[in-house]
Amino acid sequence: MSAHIHTPRCSQLLGSLSEYIDGELQADLCAAIEEHVKDCDNCRIVVNTLRKTVELYEQTTNEQTELPDAIRERLLLKLDLDDFIKKN
Amino acid sequence: MTESANTISLESLKAGDREAFTRLVYETSGHIYRVALQILSDEQDAEDVLQETYIKAFRALPEFEGRSSVTTWLYRIAVNEALMLVRKRKPQTISVEENTPFDADSESEAMEIVDFCCLPEGELLSSESRGFLDQAIKNLPTNLRVVFVMRDLEGMSIQETSEALGLSENNVKTRLLRSRLRLRQELSVYFGGKMQEVSQR
Repeated sequence: MSAHIHTPRCSQLLGSLSEYIDGELQADLCAAIEEHVKDCDNCRIVVNTLRKTVELYEQTTNEQTELPDAIRERLLLKLDLDDFIKKN
Repeated sequence: MTESANTISLESLKAGDREAFTRLVYETSGHIYRVALQILSDEQDAEDVLQETYIKAFRALPEFEGRSSVTTWLYRIAVNEALMLVRKRKPQTISVEENTPFDADSESEAMEIVDFCCLPEGELLSSESRGFLDQAIKNLPTNLRVVFVMRDLEGMSIQETSEALGLSENNVKTRLLRSRLRLRQELSVYFGGKMQEVSQR
């Protein structure tokens, strides 16, 4: 493990990273980042691990969107919509 | 959130059609509950927010003007309800960073550089790691956590997140970047330790 010593260019890059990994950054800035990370191992790792961080959260979240049945039933009851409760 | 929720006829909803509203509940309640739970970290509080969200939505629907989608509007009600509970629990302390622009120099100080991407999937997504991922979100300050939850867990766009939270798009972008960098930092320290364990096996 090491702490990253930043040059001014590394810091400049940091402010655009979120939009970069989302594919929402304008083309010339993307090109500048790609050029920079060719020679800067630390920034390349920051970019890759930032992307991986977001991916890991997306993966774990997509597995848990179902509302527990008991909570849904209490909700429908509260809303006087319990006649629409679907029984499996 | 599921796109099909936005295909439910707005006219039916506004007219008080119970069947259409029930469909809206089925399509969206899992997401609304999850957002409330992420903000509050308490199942009972999250359930209270869930119920209050739909009670308020049902009452307000006749006046809903449709400037945003129904789902974004529901998120907005739920987030406001959840944040109100957070404020009740803890008198509001304004975070110094809340309204300051992004400062790359201070954000990048002592950044951990560990290439944890090379860890095997089984390690990255083990039950222990998932527990750590959950805890890392809870460690974020509320103002950052809400933005991260909407954008990265709920998959909303920057524009939708800004509408749901009543923040400018630039503010959303800044908070999103901060939250992601903080989580990346926490994960780097955590998975850095795992990489050492793996190399010593």
